[in-house]
Amino acid sequence: MADVLVLDNVDAGYGEVQVLRGMSLMLRRGEVLCMLGLNGAGKTTTLKTIMGLVRASAGSIRLGERELAGLPAHEVPRAGVAYVPQGRRLFSELTVAENIEIGLMTRKHGEATRESVLELFPVLRERLKQRSGTLSGGEQQMLAMARALCVEPEVLLLDEPTEGLMPSMIARIRDTVAMLRERGVSTVLVEQRVDAVLPVADRVAFIENGRNRETLDVEKLRENPELVRHYVGVG
Amino acid sequence: MMGLGNLSGRVLALHLGVVALLFALQFVLPAYHHGIMARILVLAVFAMGYNLLFGYTGLLSLGHAMFFSAGLYGAGLTVYHLDWSVPAAFAAGLASGLVLSTVVGFLALRTTGVAFLIVTMMFGQVAYLFTLYFGDWTRGEEGLTLSQAARQLGPLDLTDPTTRYFAALALFTVVLFVTLALVRAPFGRVLIAIRENEERTRMLGYDTFRNKLGATIGSGVICAASGAAYVLLFGYFGSSFAAVQYSILPLLWVLVGGAATTLGPLLGTVLMFYLIDLSNDLLNSRFPDWDVSYLGIVGVALVLLILFFPKGLLGSIRDRWVRWLP
Repeated sequence: MADVLVLDNVDAGYGEVQVLRGMSLMLRRGEVLCMLGLNGAGKTTTLKTIMGLVRASAGSIRLGERELAGLPAHEVPRAGVAYVPQGRRLFSELTVAENIEIGLMTRKHGEATRESVLELFPVLRERLKQRSGTLSGGEQQMLAMARALCVEPEVLLLDEPTEGLMPSMIARIRDTVAMLRERGVSTVLVEQRVDAVLPVADRVAFIENGRNRETLDVEKLRENPELVRHYVGVG
Repeated sequence: MMGLGNLSGRVLALHLGVVALLFALQFVLPAYHHGIMARILVLAVFAMGYNLLFGYTGLLSLGHAMFFSAGLYGAGLTVYHLDWSVPAAFAAGLASGLVLSTVVGFLALRTTGVAFLIVTMMFGQVAYLFTLYFGDWTRGEEGLTLSQAARQLGPLDLTDPTTRYFAALALFTVVLFVTLALVRAPFGRVLIAIRENEERTRMLGYDTFRNKLGATIGSGVICAASGAAYVLLFGYFGSSFAAVQYSILPLLWVLVGGAATTLGPLLGTVLMFYLIDLSNDLLNSRFPDWDVSYLGIVGVALVLLILFFPKGLLGSIRDRWVRWLP
């Protein structure tokens, strides 16, 4: 499979504090790549650096042939990368329909995209007129994903989408990620919980001290669960 | 997608009803209140302009007196010194607001939060000091008055109370429906999204700086329209209109009426105007020996309002009972 998103030796941080130190990562077209690592390892910073929210001080970030490093943050989604941050962060005063509408307004194929997004999340169709701040946690997560998908991305970045959700909702989010893979969307999934990742990931990248220590096929981890303990200290 | 075209019937009916009520008031109000209402309508336009930036976009400015004054001086000075006609002077007021809000927006929007508040306040103070520094033309605090002859709009005499009321109502109506269309249009939804979470809005591909600049310019031009109308209808302009209290007043009016509601600025302006007026009368007539400022009564009223209506009157009413209120 061809690489769709490539990070090559990226350095980034916040002011004087350097968080990413030579981060390299390759996302193949149509795969789900999971990033695992302890708190503070640099997983969220990697996603923010891809999105241009944190400036890369060195290295390159390429989406296909296009260099993303140095682009203004609002140009990155237009290039084809969508981001669902930790904690959802909806426009809580706006209705479900308005949240989706705002996602669609910068795109060409608004109506078709809207229908395709609502097909993925049928529960949202029943809540279109409801203020998004009044949705349940799981529904909010679905709306956050739906809104991100409105930008018709090639690559979707999900930061701990299952955090704080009940098991049935976690399964639905996982199913949605699998369906997106079938539609050709490549996904980078940041998670703390290994059990939430293994059923859906194709490969797992182990992040430590701002670097990608190793990327392994998920089959290898299923065959040898000790590897997870070895890399992140938990099983 | 949105805008006036797809307003629901009840939203349109409500706004037309308010305009009709204000129209009818002209025939029943006693002369004193008639004059006050004309002034309130013009100042409510100032509050609506402020609301666009503060209520809908979430940017707290303490320098909006400069945009009001840009309109005030843009129109007033051209009439006083250059003998411009009323329409030309009004256009000059709008142009002054447009230029000033573009420049100030471009510079001040590089900051956010408290820094934005301080930077706008500093720009506001600079504008105030300009009106004092160029006292040869402006006469500073003393100000200037426009003659009756200079305030003629074709056959209409803007010094006539009835004409003045209708002119103020016409401006208010135009700005009310422009604001309504603006906040219901995609642009307005993006402003609300920026207020709710600017980073997320950028992550959906929006250039938030450009949208905030658009809101600042829109807000500045509406406030300048109010300033220009004020000087042309009431005939006086001076530095006190550029002072910081004229930046605080629209904030208070919007907070009282309800930020991010289309009719909140009008309601807030009416209530604050009459609250101050009645407090003064009450203290003077009932307690002449008491050494209490009317501001004490206003302060208590505001504290009660914030306790029971934390989102302002219409904002809280919308949250609790009337969800469709724009």
